[in-house]
Amino acid sequence: MDRPIRVLVAKPGMDAHDRGAKVIARAFRDAGMEVIYTGLRQTPQAIVDAAVDEDVDVVGLSILSGAHNTLVPRIMDLLRQAGLDDVVVVVGGIIPDDDIPALKAAGVAEVFGPGSDLDRIVEFVRQAVRERQRIG
Amino acid sequence: MAVTVTPQQLIEALRAGDRRALARAITLVENREPAGEAILQSLYPLTGNAFIVGVTGAPGVGKSTLVSALIDAYRQRGARVGVIAVDPSSPFSGGAILGDRIRLAGSRRDEGVYFRSLSNRGQVGGLSRATGDIIHVLDAAGFDVIIVETVGAGQSEVEIMRYAHTVLVLTAPGLGDDVQASKAGILEIGDIFVVNKADREGADRTASELRHMISLAPQGDGDAWKPPVILTVASTGQGIDDLVAAIEQHREYLKDRDTLARRRRQLVERHLGELVSERLLAALQRAAGDRWRQAVDEVVARRRSPADAVRRLLSDVDVLAGLAREAGSGGGDPVEA
Ligand SMILES: Nc1nc2c(ncn2[C@@H]2O[C@H](COP(=O)(O)OP(=O)(O)O)[C@@H](O)[C@H]2O)c(=O)[nH]1
Ligand SMILES: [Mg+2]
Repeated sequence: MDRPIRVLVAKPGMDAHDRGAKVIARAFRDAGMEVIYTGLRQTPQAIVDAAVDEDVDVVGLSILSGAHNTLVPRIMDLLRQAGLDDVVVVVGGIIPDDDIPALKAAGVAEVFGPGSDLDRIVEFVRQAVRERQRIG
Repeated sequence: MAVTVTPQQLIEALRAGDRRALARAITLVENREPAGEAILQSLYPLTGNAFIVGVTGAPGVGKSTLVSALIDAYRQRGARVGVIAVDPSSPFSGGAILGDRIRLAGSRRDEGVYFRSLSNRGQVGGLSRATGDIIHVLDAAGFDVIIVETVGAGQSEVEIMRYAHTVLVLTAPGLGDDVQASKAGILEIGDIFVVNKADREGADRTASELRHMISLAPQGDGDAWKPPVILTVASTGQGIDDLVAAIEQHREYLKDRDTLARRRRQLVERHLGELVSERLLAALQRAAGDRWRQAVDEVVARRRSPADAVRRLLSDVDVLAGLAREAGSGGGDPVEA
């Protein structure tokens, strides 16, 4: 059976709204994926616990607060500790170009800024999961 | 994870409390992969210890919030809690947004709680089967209480609630018509009725309406269970202790009357029946090949009635011989329609 890709869409940090996260969650859903949405203000540990429990293929992080440089490496660390090295992590939100290389070095597969084309994000995720499954 | 693990390794790890192994095993079982079948087979003798609580009701009545409160209450009592949140709604894409985790008191880390979201992947009957199988995995993994949340909307929910020992049916004030609408199927499956959002106006009236409806339902014999109506405010925890006490009473009632054993027998009987029809159908489709498609064509063209087409198929000696061969060969999923 062709099982759907499972994605955790999470909002770490103190962002006040989750419009962007919901837009991307719907785009993943419309592309046939199963999206687990955890709501606002999740701690890195809660996000990683959810990723473990739900056995997701992908974690999508939405961060507007500017705290990505601390939050993202922390989450990547906890994911590794939990044995989830194979999960594809994508980050969306307001991320200055200068910060992107460090996030990728921490293991993030791709960073999508505001106004990114939704189809492109969906296609990227699909491709990345396919590649990891081939290796795995 | 590039390392491949055997089903046996997964089982040992999940029995030892490894959550990742548990989550992976559940995925294999849900996807009905051969490894999943093997896992279920080995785990089955270890099941039968968990108490299973079903939570159903219309969207927005506060099921997930109540589940979160129940988790806390059971954790305080030292029980390990597994949760399966079933969302059967999904559009044609087959995708779904599963949001029940939002209500989980998020930041607290707790090895004694496992929460899994489950969606309808469009297979007929597949959702309740998957739920039942996942309950078995959680049971074998040592969870004392397993809570299953699902939207009370249709046949699949009623099916899923059959796995529960105690079914909670939730309502909330201000849904007036909803209580009426849910009368049909829901009233029969509720062991305990919960009027949530008791902080809102009209809760007492909703409760007395419910009590009235319950009193009108056909009565069993003298000591038959009378579903209580409990008022809660899930968001503050008010009434949750009463609810847990009521669940405990129902559990005692089931034990005393041997109802648990009877329910379990019915469940197993249904489960075996489903498996047999599924396997036989798959075998028949393989055995009949073109004749199966022909039968479908004939009914589509209204040259035959469905019953007639089936009778013809089942009296075709070639098909029957093939069926005997195929059914014996065991495995195999039904052909996708
Ligand atoms: N006033 C009030 N609101 C509640 C109560 N329980 C839940 N809610 C709110 O009702 C909404 C829906 O709750 P949720 O648990 O998601 O409902 P579900 O769809 O049945 O799972 C949320 O905004 C909750 O915060 C309650 O007892 N009182
Ligand atoms: Mg819910």
